[in-house]
Order: sequence, then C-alpha cells, then structure tokens
Amino acid sequence: MSAPAICTRAVTRDFQAGQQTITVLHGIDLDVKAGEMTFLVGESGSGKTTLISIMCGILWPTQGEVKVFGTDIYDLSDDELVEFRLNNIGFIFQQYNLIPSIDAASNAAVPLMAQGMDREEARMRAVAMLEKLNIGDQAAKLPNQLSGGQQQRVAIARALVHEPRLVVCDEPTAALDASSGRRVMDLLREVAVAENRACIIVTHDNRIFDLADRILVLEDGVVTHDGTEMPEDH
Amino acid sequence: MIWIAIRMLTGDAQKFFGLVFGIAFSTLLITQQLTIFVNLLERGASGVYNVSSADIWVMDPVSRTTDVAYAMPSTALDKVRGVPGVEWAVPHIRANASVRTKDGDLEGVAVIGVDDATLIGLPKNMVEGSADVLSRPDSVIIDDVGTTRMFPDQSPIGERLELNDQRAVIRGIADAIPSFTSTVVLYTKYSNALNYVPGTRNRLSFVLVGAEDPAAAKTLSERIERETGLKAQTREEFARDGVQFIIDNTGIPLNFGITVALGFIVGVAIVGLTFSLFIRDNIKQFGALKAIGVTNGKIRRMVAAQAGLVGLIGYGLGVLGTVGFISAFSSDPTFKGFYIPWQIPIISLVAVALILGLTGWLALRSVLKTEPAAVFR
Ligand SMILES: Nc1ncnc2c1ncn2[C@@H]1O[C@H](COP(=O)(O)OP(=O)(O)O)[C@@H](O)[C@H]1O
Ligand SMILES: [Mg+2]
Repeated sequence: MSAPAICTRAVTRDFQAGQQTITVLHGIDLDVKAGEMTFLVGESGSGKTTLISIMCGILWPTQGEVKVFGTDIYDLSDDELVEFRLNNIGFIFQQYNLIPSIDAASNAAVPLMAQGMDREEARMRAVAMLEKLNIGDQAAKLPNQLSGGQQQRVAIARALVHEPRLVVCDEPTAALDASSGRRVMDLLREVAVAENRACIIVTHDNRIFDLADRILVLEDGVVTHDGTEMPEDH
Repeated sequence: MIWIAIRMLTGDAQKFFGLVFGIAFSTLLITQQLTIFVNLLERGASGVYNVSSADIWVMDPVSRTTDVAYAMPSTALDKVRGVPGVEWAVPHIRANASVRTKDGDLEGVAVIGVDDATLIGLPKNMVEGSADVLSRPDSVIIDDVGTTRMFPDQSPIGERLELNDQRAVIRGIADAIPSFTSTVVLYTKYSNALNYVPGTRNRLSFVLVGAEDPAAAKTLSERIERETGLKAQTREEFARDGVQFIIDNTGIPLNFGITVALGFIVGVAIVGLTFSLFIRDNIKQFGALKAIGVTNGKIRRMVAAQAGLVGLIGYGLGVLGTVGFISAFSSDPTFKGFYIPWQIPIISLVAVALILGLTGWLALRSVLKTEPAAVFR
C-alpha cells in the first residue's frame, strides 16, 4: 500500500475567544488516501473547516504534525509553505474571494499566473477548465455578473486549473438544490479524483453521502467514525 | 501578477479616479504652497535680481538690503573705482518719495537713479519704450507693477507726475520683478533722481560693480571692503540678505510657514488615507492570493506597483496643476516672476512616495502576518 496522501498526528487547535481558550480539535490522527473521495462529515461547529484549513496549509495547528504527500508542511518556512500550497493544493472555501475586477477566466487562471505562466496561456487553460465545468461561455464575465453557482464553479476552476495533488472543498453543495449539488459533485469526482491525487469534501449534506468512497465523522473536534458508509445512528 | 495588481487598481474606475484625484490634489497643495512661500520670500531679493549686470553691491557698512540703505558720500564711487579688479563701478540711488498724480492722488514710490552714462541699474527688459527715453529731460520709466497700480485702465506713457515739486514724465515701462511690498518703482537718471528725492548732502545709496573676473567676485568684494572700509556683497550674498531681512522682520515665515506646514500635513494625510482605504478594500483578495500561493514578497511588489502607478499619475497631475496655476496667474503682478524651484517638486515627490510606502506597508501588515485561513471565514 502506498503512503497516505495526508497524514495528521495529534493535531490540536485552540482559538482565543476573549479571555477563554477554546480547543476546537482534540488530537486528530488521520490518514487520507489518494485516489479516493473522502468526506468529512459533522455538525456545524464540530471543527470541519478548521481541520481542512490545517490540512491545506493555511491555518497553523496548535500542536501536532501534518504531512501532505510526505512533506511536513508546518516545518517549512513561510515562503516555502506558500510555494508548496501553490504547487500542490487547491481549495474551494465557502467564501470564494474572487477578484472583482478581472473576468472569470483570469480569476480561474490566478494559480497558473502565480506559477509564472504567461498570461495568455494561463487564460487558455483556465477557459478549458471552465468549459469542463460547463461555464465556458461565462469566461469573459466579471464575478459580479455571475450567479452564486457560477461563481462557485469559477472558484472550483481556480482550485483545479493547476492540477494540484490535493483538492479540498468546504461544503460545496450547501447553497445548491439537489440536482445542481449532484452535478457539482460529479464534476469534482471527474476532475479531482485520480491516482496519486486526494480529494476531501467537507459536508453535512446527507443527500450526497452516497458519493463518498470514505466517510470520516467529526464530533466536537474528535474523529468518531471512519468507514465507507455513514454510521447507523446518523 | 503585476497585471492583476494593476487591474485591481483600475477595475473600479470611480475608486481609481478618487485615489488619483486625492494624490493629485495633495501634490498640488504641497507644491503650490511651497512655491508661493519660496517665491514670496524671494521677493526680498527682487531689487538685486532686477540689476542682473552688477556682480557686487557696495554700500555703507550699516546698509542691509536694497531698500534699507544708508547713503554714502559721493567720494565712495572713486574709492571703489580705484580698487584693482574692478572693471566698472557706477552710482546707484534708491529712495522713497511721494508722488502726486494728475488727479491729485498721493502715492508712495521708490525712486531708483541709474548711472547717467551707462544706464546700468535698469531692469534688463522693457515692456514698452526703450531705455534710451531716459536721455530726454524729466523722463522716468515706471515698472509694470506700478503701472497696474497707478494706471489700472490706461497707458501710463506720457503721464505727468510731480515729484518733490519737480515735473516727471513717464516715457517707458520696465519689465521688473516686484518688491516684497509691490511698491511702485520709478527709474530715472542718477542726476534726475537727485532732484526728485529731497535729501541731505549724501545721496549715494550703492555703488554697483562689475568685476574683471565675475567668477572671482567674492575675492574682489573682500578686497573692496579692505581697501575702502565700505561693505561689499556679491550679488548672491546680497540677494540672500534681502530674503533674510524678510524672514527676520516680517511674520511671513512663521504665519505662512504654519499654513504651508498645515497644507503639507493635510496633503500627506489625504494621500495616506485614500491609499490605505484602497488596500483595506482589497485586503481579502490579497489574503486569498496569499492562501493560493503568492508569497509576501510578490504581494509587496503588487502593492508597490499599484502605489507606483497611482502615485506617478497623481503626482504628475498635481505638478502640472501647479505649473498651470503659476502660469495662469503669471500676468497678475502679485505672482509676477513666480517660478517653481526644482527642489519643490522633488520634496513633494519624496513626501508622496514616502507616505504611499508607509501606508501601503502598514495596511498590508495584517495580510502578511496573519494565517491565510482568516480570509475564508
Ligand atoms: N478564528 C477563530 N476564532 C475563534 N473561534 C473560531 C475561529 N475559527 C473557528 N472557531 C470556532 O471553532 C469552532 C469550529 O469551527 P469550524 O471549524 O468552522 O466548524 P465547522 O466548519 O464544522 O462548522 C466553532 O465553535 C468556531 O466558533
Ligand atoms: Mg465550516
């Protein structure tokens, strides 16, 4: 068996809320395999967003170790970690943070441009990705000319355009109706699941649980279930 | 990435123009105020600048400026002429007088008597008529500021004036830099001036000197002082004395200086505020870029490109505005001869650049320091 794509060991995370310190994650030990679609499921507030933020290198764990494809990412310098994210990780959070003054294709092309690719070529590849996501005809529109669902697809395109090995997606279907949600999930499976690549979907949308290869349940910062199906009592 | 930075800047035209306008306005404020301040002080030296051919001014040791001079005996002229290195020396008289106009109004004027033979002491250029008119009897030449003051809606040529019970006829208009007080100036021959100005035995205000070697004027002035016991100042020294006199004896430096300082602070504050608001507007986007994989160094470069672009455009417009302002008012006697010393645009450039750099750096600090996850919450 190959080494896990992501490996967390004893990961904790505290937040400061006024005088109080709240511990959101209590020693997470996880191995996420490549070539699968892994679901991270749990009630709102259970720490899902916090955990995937740590896994994709944009939030520091208070304690513990995170290895992504064998690299201990929080051992890297600030700039090295930025480079690592650029070359290996794509993420779609609930806040898309698209740049309002550049069109959909350019937004989707940002990671390629950041990698130093020529602007025209980057745009061409981004348009191809938008076409895969069925919004190729929106490529020249500004974000505020797009619907929420279209903006999400631009964010997905931006997360996938540079073919990162790890794709992380926070509640992709939360704002969508059942059929749109399914379509987005199919797309993610098609473009993000492959050998040597890992895909983690955070959700509490029970309509799509059947699409998971593996389901992890997080409750109050502890992983309480790890299997191919949802546990009986949910 | 620089392309993205520029698009972020220009994407919202309204905000972009607001930013450019803020910087342009502040540059205008800073540059224009400093320019007026410096030019106003330089008016203290206009008497020196108007006589561009004199390398050295010789005067009584107590004299301080072209307008604050104690008369010397006429023998001073020969003493100066006897100093080796002096190519020429001519008498120069400056005195105040009251003039009665045809309509019976009384006006305070400065009478300047220039050398009869060479006419050295007149401003270089004439607005109307030629310097030769002084050879006709009772001729005076009025300066252009005096024209606008005494004859606002008519030509002064041919007008008769009464000076110390003597007749004077205006036969020309000189192109002169006005004095600090914009006093009306009447130029006439030295011999005429003696009649126009009531006075005692000693009338000679200055001896104007041309040096054999103008580059060595300083050495010559020291030799004149040693050999004559008079005070001798090079043109530059005497100009500086005139400016210093204004600084020492008027409230201008303090009063106007405070205004200039306030204009400077307001300008700098406008630039700083507008630019840091712009960065703040875009803070989430910078955070997202950092999360995706843009290093702090590249983000700094993006902001530097934004600051550079908006700064250069705004600064350029501001300086152009100042030039426009100065030239629009150049026909007004108050602003006559105003120029923008090269140091002033540099000062405002440095001020604008510093404040853009500082506010950009301050506003960005939060993005560069915090965990990128913060922007996705
Ligand atoms: N930056 C933060 N500061 C303070 N508390 C936070 C912060 N981020 C998350 N939390 C808290 O951590 C808990 C888990 O949040 P989150 O990971 O977003 O949960 P989920 O995504 O499962 O809904 C929540 O109680 C939330 O209030
Ligand atoms: Mg969440």
